[in-house]
Parts: sequence; C-alpha cells; structure tokens
Amino acid sequence: MLPLVAQRVALGLLTLLAVSVLVFAGTEILPGDVATAILGQSATPEAVEAIRRSLGLEEPAALRYWHWLAGFLHGDLGNSLANGRPIIEQLDFRLKNTLFLASAAASVAVPLSVGLGILAAINQNGSFDRIVNIVSLSAISLPEFFIGYVLILLLAVKLDWFPSLSAISPEMSFGERLYDIALPAATLTLVVLAHMMRMTRAAIIGVMSHPFIEMAFLKGLPRWRIIVQHALPNALAPIINVVAINLAYLVVGVIVVEVVFVYPGIGQLMVDAVSKRDVPVVQACGLIFAGTYVGLNLLADILAILSNPLLRVPK
Amino acid sequence: MTDEILRITDLRIAARTEEGEEKILVQGIDLTLHRGEVLGLIGESGAGKSTIGLAALAYARPGCTIIGGEIRYAGTDIRTLSRRERRRLRGRRIAYVAQSAAASFNPAKSLYRQVCEMPVRHGLMSYAEAKKAAAQLFAELDLPSPETFGERYPHQVSGGQLQRAMVAMAMSCRPDILVFDEPTTALDVTTQIEVLAAIRKLVRDHRTAGLYISHDLAVVAQVAQRIMVLRHGRMVELGEAAQILHEPREEYTRRLVSVRAAAAPPAEAAVAERGERLLELNALGAAYGRLRVLKDVTFSVRRGETVAVVGESGSGKSTLARVVCGLREPAGGSVRFRGELLPPTLSLRSRDQLRRIQMIYQMPDMALNPRQRVSEILGRPLSFYFGWPRAKVTARVEALLRMIDLPVEFAARRPGELSGGQKQRLCIARALAAEPDLVICDEVTSALDPLVAEEILKLLGRLRDETGVAYLFITHDLGTVRRIADRVAVMLQGAVVAEGPLAQVFSPPYHPYTEALLASVPEMRLDWLDDTLRRRAGRQGAEGPVIGAAAADRFALGT
Amino acid sequence: MRLLGHRLSGGAAVGFAIILANIVAISFARWIAPYGEADLVGDVWAPPSGADWLGLDNLGRDMFSRLLFGGQTSVSLALLITALSFSLGIVMGFTAATTNRWIDAALARLVDIIMAIPQLILALMVLSVLGTSIPVLIGTIAILDSTRVFRLSRAVAMNITVMEYVEAARLRGEKLWWIMRREVLPNALPPLIAEFGLRFCFTLLFIASLSFLGLGVQPPEADWGSMVRDNATAINFGGIAPLVPAAAIALLTIGVNLVVDWFLSIHGRAHGEGA
Repeated sequence: MLPLVAQRVALGLLTLLAVSVLVFAGTEILPGDVATAILGQSATPEAVEAIRRSLGLEEPAALRYWHWLAGFLHGDLGNSLANGRPIIEQLDFRLKNTLFLASAAASVAVPLSVGLGILAAINQNGSFDRIVNIVSLSAISLPEFFIGYVLILLLAVKLDWFPSLSAISPEMSFGERLYDIALPAATLTLVVLAHMMRMTRAAIIGVMSHPFIEMAFLKGLPRWRIIVQHALPNALAPIINVVAINLAYLVVGVIVVEVVFVYPGIGQLMVDAVSKRDVPVVQACGLIFAGTYVGLNLLADILAILSNPLLRVPK
Repeated sequence: MTDEILRITDLRIAARTEEGEEKILVQGIDLTLHRGEVLGLIGESGAGKSTIGLAALAYARPGCTIIGGEIRYAGTDIRTLSRRERRRLRGRRIAYVAQSAAASFNPAKSLYRQVCEMPVRHGLMSYAEAKKAAAQLFAELDLPSPETFGERYPHQVSGGQLQRAMVAMAMSCRPDILVFDEPTTALDVTTQIEVLAAIRKLVRDHRTAGLYISHDLAVVAQVAQRIMVLRHGRMVELGEAAQILHEPREEYTRRLVSVRAAAAPPAEAAVAERGERLLELNALGAAYGRLRVLKDVTFSVRRGETVAVVGESGSGKSTLARVVCGLREPAGGSVRFRGELLPPTLSLRSRDQLRRIQMIYQMPDMALNPRQRVSEILGRPLSFYFGWPRAKVTARVEALLRMIDLPVEFAARRPGELSGGQKQRLCIARALAAEPDLVICDEVTSALDPLVAEEILKLLGRLRDETGVAYLFITHDLGTVRRIADRVAVMLQGAVVAEGPLAQVFSPPYHPYTEALLASVPEMRLDWLDDTLRRRAGRQGAEGPVIGAAAADRFALGT
Repeated sequence: MRLLGHRLSGGAAVGFAIILANIVAISFARWIAPYGEADLVGDVWAPPSGADWLGLDNLGRDMFSRLLFGGQTSVSLALLITALSFSLGIVMGFTAATTNRWIDAALARLVDIIMAIPQLILALMVLSVLGTSIPVLIGTIAILDSTRVFRLSRAVAMNITVMEYVEAARLRGEKLWWIMRREVLPNALPPLIAEFGLRFCFTLLFIASLSFLGLGVQPPEADWGSMVRDNATAINFGGIAPLVPAAAIALLTIGVNLVVDWFLSIHGRAHGEGA
C-alpha cells in the first residue's frame, strides 16, 4: 500500500508542476502582446519597450517560467503591476483572512453535512429524508450571492445581529474576528452544506445496496448498527471523496463571497487584479488557489487509499 | 412430543412493481419441517424458491411484502412478532446461507469478526469464546489451518472456502433451521462436492433442520429427504426424494427429471468422420502478459460437426473462442479456416471471412442492444453482408423468425419485451442470418433454466441438421456435451488433455482429469454423494487429492 | 399525470412549469415587457407597486422589463455554451472510449490536467489576458465545461462498449463510426440528457457569477448576474433590488434540477453510473 501512496504523491507533485505551467501559460498566451494589452490606448513604442523590459519579456518563455517558479518557491512573487509593490506584502494579510474564513466554514459544514447525510440515509424515503432532499435540491440551485444578500438583508439590515460588511483587521481578537466573519462563513457553509449532504447520502445509500448489507439484516442486526459498523467503513472512501470535492468547491466559492461581503481576502484581490489586468497578481493568486485545490484532491486520494480495506490487506 | 420446527400455511407474497401494480410472487404454499430434516425446494427461476426461503426468516426483499398466511416457528407465528423479536430470531434460531459468498461478506472486516458477529450480538457468548467455537466449525468444515483461517479477509480466500465460511457463519449460533439458497450453484463442479459434503455432515451432526433451495434436482437429492417442486410461486408436487426422482407424478416434475436424467444417456457409437476440415487449430497459444492461458491447442472441426470444448473456469475455453474469432491475438500457432490461414486479428480479416464464423453469447441480455427492434437486429447482418434491398430483408427476417419458432409479429418488438429463452433464440437467428459455416456457442445454455436450455439445445440440433452448420460448443456442463456433441475436447489450464469422438473420450480408459470431471457431476440417484466420497477417500490415501487445484496440477504434469 | 409514458411527480410538474414559464417569458419579452430595457421610469430603487411589479433598479428602470431582457442574455448564453461544450465533450469522450489506448490515455491526461485547476480560476486567468468579450466568454467556458462532459461520456461509452452487443457488432466487421452512432449513442442518451440539464444549470450560475464579479457580460449588455452587481448596494438600505435577478437565476435552476432529478429516477442507474 505504501508504494501506492508514494505513487500518488509523486503524481500529485507532477500535477502541481503541470498546473503551474498551465497557470503561467494561461496568462502569457496572447494574440497580441502582454505589454500592449496592459497599456491599451497609451501604448507608445517607448512605453511598450519599458514594460517589456520591466517584465523581462525579452527572455524566452521557458526561462521566464523558471524564474517565476523559482521565485515563487522562495516567497518572491514579483511585483504588482498596479502599484509596483511586492505582491507578497498584500498577499500575506489577505491569505490569512481567506484561510480563516474557509476554515471556519469548513469546520462547521463538514461535520454537519456528513452527519445530516448519514441521518437522511438511515431514514431513507422517510419524512426527514424527503424534506432534506427537497431543501438541499433547492439550496444547490441558489447562487452564492443570492444566499449572501438574503442573509445580509435578514440578519444584518433588518435584525441587525451581524455586520453586513466585514471590517476585519489584524488587531481584532479571535472572538471579534469570528463575529465579523459570521455572515460570510454562514453563506459559504450553506452553499457547500447542500452539496455535501446529498453526496454523502448518495454514497451511503450506494453502499447499503450491496448484498452483504442484506446479509447483515438476515443476521438479525439492528439497522443503526448495520449502518455504523458495516456500511460506514465501506462508505469512508466515497465520503472522503465527497468532502474533498466540496472543500475544493469551497476554495472557489470563497471568491464570490468575499466580493459580496467586501471581505479583504485573496479572492477579492484576484478579482480586482483581473479587471485591472494585473497579470503577476493574477498568476500568483491563481497558483495559490490551484495549488490548494490539487493538494486537497491529493489528500483525498491518499486517504481513500488508506481507508480501502482491500488495499490494507494484500491478497 | 413434536419434532416439528417450522410450519408454513397458505403463504402469500406479493411484489409492487414500478408502475404501482401488485404482482403475486408466491401463492398458497404449505410446508412443514422437522428437526434434523432437510426439505429441498426445486424450481426454475421465478418459481419463488428464494422468496419462500427468506420468508422463513420473516424477511421480504425491498419491494416485496408477505401478505398472507402463517409462518409458525416452534409453534409461534413469527409474522405476529414485533420487529425486535423477529430480529432476535434471525441468525440465532433461523439462519441463511446465500448463493454468493463473495457478495455476502463485508470486504472491510476479517472473517472472524463476521462469523463471530451473530453469537456475540445475540448475547450468547463473548468474542473470545465465539472465536474458539468458530475455529472448531472451520475444522469441521475441513478448512485449512482452522485456527488462523478466521484472521483472513474475504478477498484472500478461494470461492469454495468462502462458501464454507458462510456456512460456518450461519451455524455459529447453532440455529434450529438453516436456509440454504443455491449455495453451490456459483461453484465449479469439483468444488461443489466438498461444500455439499460439508453441509450434509454439519446438518446431520447438529440435527439442524434445513431448507435447501436449488434448481438442480440431482444436487438436492443428495442432501434432502423430501423435495417440493415449485413453479410460478405455487407448489407442483411434494414427496420423498426417492419418489420425486424415480416416480414423479406431475407432468412438470417429470419434465424436470427427464431433462436432468437425459444428461447421462448411453454413449453412442462413434460418428463416422465426414467432410472437409473446416477449422484447424495448430499448436495454438495465447497469453496475458507472462501468463500462458492457451498452450499448444491442436484439434479440428469438420463441416457439419459439433465439437464441444469442455472445462472448468480458468481452463482457457473462452479464450479459445476469442482467439478463433479474432478478438484476441494468438501467441503462437495458427488457425486455418477452409484451408486458408486466418489473419490473427479482426481488422485484418475480410468481410466474407467474418461472415462465415459467427458467435453466440452466454447472456442474451447483454448480447442484444436494448434499443433496437428485432427487425433491425436480424436485418442488419443481412444488409451488411449481402446488401439486399429492404423487401428481401423483410422477407428473410420473417423466415428467420419462423425458423426459431417465434411469431412474425415479434419483428416489431424490442429485446426487453422477450423472455430469456426467446432472447437466446434471437441471438441464434442473428448468427444464422449470416449463413455461416461455423458458429461458436459460448456457454449459450448456462444462464438459462434447465427446461428452457433443453429447448435451445433441441433448436440448435435441428438447425444444424437443416443447414449443415458446424458448432464449436464451449461449455462447462458435461450433460450438455453429451446431448449435442460429436467430438469433445477437454481442457485443463489452457491445454487440451483429451480429444476425440464423444463416446471415446467419455468411456474408459479415461484421461484422469476427464474421469475426475465425470465423477463430479451429480447423478440422479440418492447415494451418489456417498459413493463419490467413498471413492475419493479410497484414493486419497494412495494418490493424493483427486479433485481441486492441487489435483489439476497433477494432471497437467501427467500430460 | 403522465408524460412520455412515465408518471410525473409533484416536483417534476413544478419544474416543468417553471421552465415553461421562463421559456415563454423570455421568448416573448418584447411583447410582455411593459417598458423598454433602458427606459427611465421613476425613482431609484422604488419598491414594487401596482405599475411596477418588481420595483425599479439603481437607475430608475423597471426591474421586471430588465429581468425579461436580461433573461434573454443569460439563458441564451447558457444554452449556447452548453450545446457547444456538449458537442465537443461527447465527440472527444466517445472517441476516447472507442479508439486505442494511447489516444485515450493522452486525452484523459490532458483533461485531468485541465480539471486539476478549478474552473473559476482558469476562467479568471484567461479573462485577465483576453478580456471579457462575449466570444471569449463563450469559448472559454465551453472548452472548460467540455472536460466534464468528456469524463461522463467517456465513462458511459466505456460501460456500453464492454457490452456483448457492441462486441457482436465489431465481430460483424462494423466500422467504428457506425458502432458509435447506432450501438453506443442510443443507449448513452439518458445519462447524457440528464447531464445536459445539470451542465445548463451550472453554466447559468457560472456566467451569472462572472457577471456579478464584473468580469462577465459588460454594459450596455445586461444579464441577470450583472443586474445583481448593479443593484448590490440597495441591500444596505433594506431594498430587495439585487435579490430579484438573483431569485430569477435560482428559480430557473431549481426548475431544471427538479426535472433532471425526475428524469434520473425514471431511468434508474444509467449505464454510466457505477455498479
């Protein structure tokens, strides 16, 4: 089994590398020229030349890629085109904020949705299950900004329980910070909750349809025990997969949520950078997001391998 | 004083179809069972045998409900019990042995954990005590290293061993009744004997009552004292095993018995060699990577002849079929057809070559495109190979339907509207539509009920006589071989160990493997199992195991 | 009530009703809308009234009318993109499933790498470089989405190609194209149709999100997503303006999801879904 895990890790690293190439290439392929595109109207030959030199665009693409990647691994992300400052400065604070928000949402969403999914599966086709099914079906159809604005309208404006804009700053205490991100975290949680719950339920129902579950019934075991002792161990791998997919979804959903609540995270930063055509920032943020996504999937694959009983004990 | 342990009266079970309609699965069944007695339930698929067996545990599959009748266990009607009380009965007093052991074990848990689960959960003993009891059961069932056997996981043991482990699991609480649901159907003939013997010994030693469900009369006759014949959810006949076997009263029972018994007709005189050599296999080999699955296969099929290729799973017979068709590339040797060397792969063969060799599969459900109508399924080979205009195709399709005894109105139907037997007929017609010289039949009757299989075999024989087509008949069932084959090739682990006219191969002097195979097929007499076991025991001392994987090696080395 | 020979559930009926209402409203927008798209009608963010059913937007334009016209943009974009991604994905997926291992492996690897990056991130990156014109939007999202369709159609096709009736066709000597068209495709339709519905919903949401971020449909064109963006600040005064277009998106998505759910329940486990 260990060689399998090692293989998977190696594959993951290779994927990361390929992803970094894609991120780099994705922002550098142009019908025209990066410099001209950035300058737009004010693209005089001298200005273009200046930008090209400052971006090091004379070098061949492969070399530029190498410099970029090497710099990234050393913590040097280059400078923003918009304000010329080192990107790492802006990223530091914002990355922490985004991670804080995402972790808060995940720590609520994951246990809640897996738990509800299991309960719905136990109650299959009963009233609880049907309600859960309808509610979650509706919830996954709602765009994040819809949920966000509804929450703001109800809980912030009408009831004034929470702030509608996040004014998070480094000086705040932990408790204050939690209060500040309550609404955005709730939005993220709701978005991901519905998906994860449905998928968990489906995974467990899938396992429940195996013949050995019927055998367990014929052995006279009660339903709850069958689910917990027989179904769950075999549903672990699919559930881990579900959680990983949704955590990855969370990583992306955070972008819209940050814009809705004007939350100072890297999602907001990336969106601004895109509209300003600030390519280095876009690259840096893109790589961070993509890297996290790949990392989560890799973790999920490894956990799935570790939890697969057929692989734990060789033939 | 009554020994009666189970009494079922007027049992009725219904199923709810998707459309919301109710379908009666079981109707008016009465049966009684005494301690230590085994009742066999015989019937074709759809007869309701499994459903009745499960009902003895007061269990109905999802979508089915027990709608009437009494199920009295030791005097109490278990239908009136609460869910909790019923759960307490299951496993403890009445236990179930399923058809497929692999599907009934949780792959994530060790065998000990699952075999001991019932006695521990039902509060009968501690886990340590249960383990010891389980090890003892394993020993009684002749499983290897009984002390440590339970530490393995389901995927680490063989099919026959897993099936016996399932029997041990069912016995773990020393129940009063065991329901055996086709426990040996999925096993090879040679493995079947061991499991049958183990079941019988266990049941006798512990005085357990049993319901033995099967579609094979000969097998049931070895373990049951009485046999009940079922059809479409109703009882056809009930009687002592000897009476059912030798003097069946009902028409349906008679048909079942005759189909089974006819599997051993007296060997006929050898058929004179006739016709040109149609298919010649010369030193044919095939491999999966480094594993050789076909070794040096040499034999031929003449025009109009039926050659059966018989062997157990892993013998390479299916691979042989695929190599001849061109689906698998051979790793040595050659295939000649009508004197010409056949290109090894499909893509290199001409359309005419492809036309002359046709194949029929085991599972008609998967061999027919569910979205195509019969007219298209039969019409396509006609237009593809012969380029006929539509009118001619339609006429020929009707002729083909008549040839396989299906009404011409069926041309507008889809496979989903046909029964299993009808679908297989359709597959036969599709093969014959191309007017081939050779038809490869890959286990074409193995998935069908015995009576339906009989019809198909008769049809195949009739068509062969009408059209002069040759068959390469792949099967694992010796009975089928006897009824249809002119020549036989016996395969073991990729090599042909015996080949020749049917009468010659199936009468002494035998190749040792042929003999072992023939001896493993249950015959329609009550003492067959005892005889076979006795013969085995007699040999065991002198020559080592006669059957099983170790024996196979011995035979292969012998050739 | 029955449709196409199958029982219609309550949810599915609601779903069909929603879809039908949307189709009608959007197709006949020009005749249904009380005002023009850019007509200034009254006060900024006026609440709903007898004349203006859904209130007015951030410039005083009628929300209902703009909803109808914006819907034309949103829905037609989503449909077009889904159709494109489907064509591309299915052709590639079926090809991968039926040709030799090398082509299949190469395609699968390529798709794996593209899918290793979240769609939104890739889209943002491409948009930052190529700009946010409609053709770029359509092309980018269609290509990115086709990867998912590729995976599904490949899995479905592979499940079908191992069936014996496909092998029987190969044994006959049928050509690959014929097999794909006559044997594989008809049996692959149910899961593919369901997936079309799901992909449509996803694309609708995706475009709306991009427009909401200011990176999708640009003024003077408007779609539901950009309408949410324009009216966002109303929420701070308790106005419901941004919720109206957002609700329109949600409603249509719910409707399609309900119908897809019903469709899947009828056709049970499609060929493509695991055993």
